[in-house]
Amino acid sequence: MPSQPSEHEVRVLSRRFGLPNSASIDTYLANDGYRALEKALKEMTPDSILEELKVSNLRGRGGAGFPTGMKWSFVPRQSPKPKYIVCNADESEPGTCKDRLLMEYDPHQLIEGILIAGIVVGSHQGYIYVRGEYRYLIDILDRALEEAYARGYLGKNILGSGFDFDLYTHTGAGAYECGEESALLESLEGKRGIPRIRPPFPAVAGLYASPTVLNNVETFSSVPPIIVNGGKWYAELGTPRNGGTRLFVLSGHVKRPGVYELPMGTPLRKLIYDVGGGIIGDKKLKAVIPGGSSTPVLTADAIDTPLDFDSVAKAGSMLGSGAVIVMHEDTCIVRAALRIMQFYAHESCGWCIPCREGTNWLKKTLTRFHSGGGREEDIGLIEDLAKNMLGRTFCPLGDAAAMPTIAFVQKFRNEFEMHLAGQPCPFEKHGQLVGA
Amino acid sequence: MADNFKFNVDGRELQAKPGTLLIDACRAAGIEVPAFCYYPGLSLQAACRMCLVEIEKTPKLQTACTTPVAEGMIVRTSTPIVVDARRAMLELLLANHPLDCPVCDKGGECELQDMVFRYGAAESRFREEKRHVDEQQWSPVVYYDAPRCILCYRCVRVCGEGMDVWALGVVNRGARSEIAPNHGDHLDCEECGMCIDICPVGALTSGAYRYRARPWEIKYVSTICTHCGDGCKTTLSVRNGKILRGNNRDHSGINGEFLCIKGRYGYDFIENPNRIRTPLIRKDGKLVEASWEQAIQTIAAKWKEILHRRETGTQEAQAFGVIGSNHTTNEENYILQKFARTVLKTNNIDHHRTVDYAALIRAIANAIAKPVGDSAARPASDFLARSKDLSIASAVLVIGGNPTDQHPLLAWNIREGCRLNGTRLYVINSRRIPLARKTFRFLPIAEGGEQNALEFLRGERDAEKRLQGATPGGREVTAEFLNDFRDKLGQEKDLIVLFEAALSGECVAQLVEWGSRLPGRTRFIAQGDYSNSRGAADMGLLPNALPGYASVEDNDARLRFENAWSTTVPAEPGMPLHDMLAAAAQGKLESLYVIGANPLKGWDTAASLGGCFVVVQDLFLTETALVADVVLPAASAYEKSGTVTNTCGELQKLSKGMEVMGTRADLDIFSRLAGALGVTQAPLKSEEVLEEIRKLVSGYGVPLVNIVAGGAELVAPLDGFQPVSATHTANVKSSRDTLFTSGTLGRYSSSLQAVPERTTRTEPDPA
Amino acid sequence: MQFSTQLEEKFHRLAQHYPVKRSALVPMLLFAQDEYGFLSKEIIAEISRRMDLTVLDVEGTISYYSMLRTKPAGRFHLQICTNISCMLRGGDKLFDHAKTKLGIGNGEVTPDGLFSLEEVECIGACAWAPAIQVNYDFHHELTPERLDQLIDEIQRVSRV
Ligand SMILES: Cc1cc2nc3c(=O)[nH]c(=O)nc-3n(C[C@H](O)[C@H](O)[C@H](O)COP(=O)(O)O)c2cc1C
Ligand code: SF4
Ligand code: SF4
Ligand code: SF4
Ligand code: FES
Ligand code: FES
Repeated sequence: MPSQPSEHEVRVLSRRFGLPNSASIDTYLANDGYRALEKALKEMTPDSILEELKVSNLRGRGGAGFPTGMKWSFVPRQSPKPKYIVCNADESEPGTCKDRLLMEYDPHQLIEGILIAGIVVGSHQGYIYVRGEYRYLIDILDRALEEAYARGYLGKNILGSGFDFDLYTHTGAGAYECGEESALLESLEGKRGIPRIRPPFPAVAGLYASPTVLNNVETFSSVPPIIVNGGKWYAELGTPRNGGTRLFVLSGHVKRPGVYELPMGTPLRKLIYDVGGGIIGDKKLKAVIPGGSSTPVLTADAIDTPLDFDSVAKAGSMLGSGAVIVMHEDTCIVRAALRIMQFYAHESCGWCIPCREGTNWLKKTLTRFHSGGGREEDIGLIEDLAKNMLGRTFCPLGDAAAMPTIAFVQKFRNEFEMHLAGQPCPFEKHGQLVGA
Repeated sequence: MADNFKFNVDGRELQAKPGTLLIDACRAAGIEVPAFCYYPGLSLQAACRMCLVEIEKTPKLQTACTTPVAEGMIVRTSTPIVVDARRAMLELLLANHPLDCPVCDKGGECELQDMVFRYGAAESRFREEKRHVDEQQWSPVVYYDAPRCILCYRCVRVCGEGMDVWALGVVNRGARSEIAPNHGDHLDCEECGMCIDICPVGALTSGAYRYRARPWEIKYVSTICTHCGDGCKTTLSVRNGKILRGNNRDHSGINGEFLCIKGRYGYDFIENPNRIRTPLIRKDGKLVEASWEQAIQTIAAKWKEILHRRETGTQEAQAFGVIGSNHTTNEENYILQKFARTVLKTNNIDHHRTVDYAALIRAIANAIAKPVGDSAARPASDFLARSKDLSIASAVLVIGGNPTDQHPLLAWNIREGCRLNGTRLYVINSRRIPLARKTFRFLPIAEGGEQNALEFLRGERDAEKRLQGATPGGREVTAEFLNDFRDKLGQEKDLIVLFEAALSGECVAQLVEWGSRLPGRTRFIAQGDYSNSRGAADMGLLPNALPGYASVEDNDARLRFENAWSTTVPAEPGMPLHDMLAAAAQGKLESLYVIGANPLKGWDTAASLGGCFVVVQDLFLTETALVADVVLPAASAYEKSGTVTNTCGELQKLSKGMEVMGTRADLDIFSRLAGALGVTQAPLKSEEVLEEIRKLVSGYGVPLVNIVAGGAELVAPLDGFQPVSATHTANVKSSRDTLFTSGTLGRYSSSLQAVPERTTRTEPDPA
Repeated sequence: MQFSTQLEEKFHRLAQHYPVKRSALVPMLLFAQDEYGFLSKEIIAEISRRMDLTVLDVEGTISYYSMLRTKPAGRFHLQICTNISCMLRGGDKLFDHAKTKLGIGNGEVTPDGLFSLEEVECIGACAWAPAIQVNYDFHHELTPERLDQLIDEIQRVSRV
């Protein structure tokens, strides 16, 4: 299933994807597998590992782009409590399907990354929280875990080092909010996925109120190559402060959608036109959502934005989960805004007023608006409601719903105006929204 | 202790202890911070986002309800951004909220309405269809209207954290989230209604009150619940002479916001159709209606005749027996015993004793008189605890009983202490009572093993042996566990001990003696059953004790009362309750006067009271009233004023809520009877009686300011005579009422009868 | 209530994974549902009992997660993603097509109990849109024609 590799790719994390039996430990071992672990255990100290990570400029791939080395350094290693490593494999941000490949084709790389986190913070137990829909991945992961136990890479006295580590998979059961770190921990404790009051942050009081490292699948998977090749090598693959490569998910109206590993800072134009083969039907590009459905939309003139955290932020959006969603000229922006809001209304956990009520209200108003019942003042209302949510909700899901909405209205006000009172959606007459 | 933090709110320099939440610090300084989900004493939610404030150096608005104050923090609570955030939150809330305030039970006392009034957003920009869900009835007393619910989770928390019942939860997610009861479509719980009380809006409403009134048409009367011995303050909502609702509206009084089902709904016995509304006289073997005049004259004629025969010495049998009430006021009890002792000239007066208060008071007097070792004498307040002290004491020991069911307020306070103040709770019980879930140490004992447990505490080896081994509940009690239990307890420096009927007489003395050997202060609460059982004992409804436990045989004591009353009092102790009944059955008692009590319940020789002239004064035709010669319809506690003393000894004031046609207050009946016998009963008015009590009854000379203002004063009848120990302590028996029963009153309360838990709530498992 | 040997084994293994019992709750519920099709009152009661939780607590948890259900679904549960990446490539049309083809609406089950239909949020197949899941199996880059084939195939196989 991984898309046809592109010549533009720089394959660090995904370099084993095409190999026969790539998920097996033998393939892994034959291709540098568990060398990082060995190095970390035998040649390095927790501090020197942390140092490499800091030098690497690795930033979290789950969405927020927080420097990983710094996150790990927050864990009070002296704490007498057990420490936990939790891998966020909830992958539910619309547009995103990269962690899935990392688990399907190279589960040992992930396991190795988690083990190294364990070494750094002195943890002996970890969980991989996999979204419920990815059941087949649980089977793949469990098989990989079994192999790793059998070969002495997990369990007691790993590689004779005296280091113990147990790792388990854990399934979710359908909830985007459980990708939010504190809600995930609640869910992992068997409860409704309602976020927690912070502080304390998971690094200090996470799973079972114990210090916890929580990272995305891709983040953990990036660690072994960094340890093997050095932080400096990794950093130089990307741009300043944005080290390495990442898996970009290219979807929407492009000729070759797929998951591609590219250096941080790759220009958007290159991704869409060179890697993705351009827009289907060679239509005009209208808009791009650069980092998953929660990130503000960019207009076509942002096409030269380099895809790294800082540059995309400068362009007024976020690199988020690296999910680039491309929309061509026939796309109805109001419809896109509506569909995204429908998602957030469905996924709001309902705990806090602004998100629960705001997403619902917006969904209803956008629905009416899109079906031709819109009035002038609704446009302002939509923007205003989203702004009223922004920064005031209990967890970032509210922001994730508000930010794209504000951007849609501000950048495509004309399209909203085209939908006013009694008008059918002007884009429906183009009939086909389906490309390719 | 750490220094206070200094910080600045809206330009004012404030100080607070580290750990104080910003919202509390602001409120303490009179700075308003709105909140729905924050509720002092319950866990933090950060859900409603009403309390957002600006804090310098933080980019986003912060919730004041979860932010602890910090040194140098600069906070702003009324900038345009904050004001706008509040308004926006309300607008969002109102979007799906039905705008049916005019028909909502909460209309006029709704926190949402208030907030909208204060912070704006009255005009809705919401044009979409609102979500509709039908109202649900969860129990005879609890209704839920989901669209009105703002999901503040207060109800869930008060039921779980406060009541330890956990009958409410949240189901679904997002906009479909709602509160759900523990049994699918209905509740199985304690039916306390705390969830309704705490609901800021009209989402949870009470079956009793719904749609019956608008809050502004109502007169509010604060009085004391007439059911158990805890003495909760309850505010009656009265309209046109009818009580519509009971709640503790302003959360004042000893119980704060707490009420159990009886205090909240159990007032409804007053309008039960079986209520006696006219006097009854036995004619040709049948009770027939009569006028008050006829009834009073009938009684007076008979009693005059008995009195006359006694004066003329032609009488052999005991003349009179008087059985008083655990529900009547202190003033009534005081006047009743005065009437018995001075007019009927008898000490044959008693009441259903549900715990041995007399023994406790005497034991404390002894402990004060003879301090352990060379320690200084301690004041009475070192031995008696107020109900609220249970929430702050560092340790509580519960011996026997089941406070959750029999003393709901005391149990609530104990749980609060465990939850918020780390109170160490020790429980000694033969059952896994609900409080066992909160214990620091639980000692399982055999059924009826309380005395043995006391002996063990006092260091008896044999008693300790008897506690060891397997318990009926399948636990194993080891010597180590026992030692640890006693050691830990023995180190407690601020302990409150609760006991009930299982320990009486000499056991109580031993308990107090044991307690006074502990290193710190040990206080006691004797748990008696009804609303004024402590008052009945304090006021001398005892055959050997005058008010304040002064012995009738003590000349000085007697003289003091005789002087005050300008008459004589018999010096011979009278018969206790069971002896009176036996005497009547054997034809050795000429007349029995029973006030607000039902001694014949469960007594199979009813018919044999035959020869005795029985007068019963009550609300209902009880088993005793059915065999009476004259029945007088009395008013309940909700229909009169006066004072009552709760089981801890807290003196509080009743206020009259309404009247039931045809009935009279007991105090009133006493003076009419006295009048008919040719005696002027003085004083007449309840307030004047209280003045006399304050002068004459040991411990009752407390200041009234607090009481009049709806508060309480702890009385300790320890400042007068050497208290007399009660006799016949074998007769001390708990009524074993549950959460849903309340003696006679409970039988006639339709809400208590209606809740299914009345029959389904089972006794706790063996320990 | 006793579950199948495999399920009991799974539960047993799960219980060893966590220092706190309740952690196993969500996986247990999902695994039980996989075996029985939905979470019946009996299953909920039994799991509550085993986990020392109230039924209300377990129900509150179940109703939070969109994959957990308390009513039967079809033997083949078609989950069609209409979220943004799929929508851009015809996911919503696909969903409409499925409704017509099966003659049922969102959340409904065909009378023979073979199929049920659900419009779902992003299932993590956005680069291969439009995508659906039949039970746990992914089908990528679907067209209405390919969906028809898939449904026909299932019908054919299950008739035998
Ligand atoms: C609503 C919401 C959903 C999220 N979903 C995911 C997710 O599915 N996967 C993920 O890795 N991170 C997700 N995140 C981000 C996590 O909270 C967390 O920041 C991340 O897993 C940390 O890992 P990283 O530092 O390696 O990126 C989500 C955040 C929010 C607010
Ligand atoms: S913003 Fe509030 S309602 Fe939305 S998911 Fe977070 S906590 Fe839940
Ligand atoms: S029912 Fe009332 S108390 Fe309970 S969550 Fe709703 S609004 Fe709050
Ligand atoms: S605890 Fe006792 S006094 Fe308080 S409301 Fe209940 S019955 Fe009345
Ligand atoms: S009071 Fe602070 S969020 Fe509700
Ligand atoms: S949007 Fe359909 S699978 Fe992601």
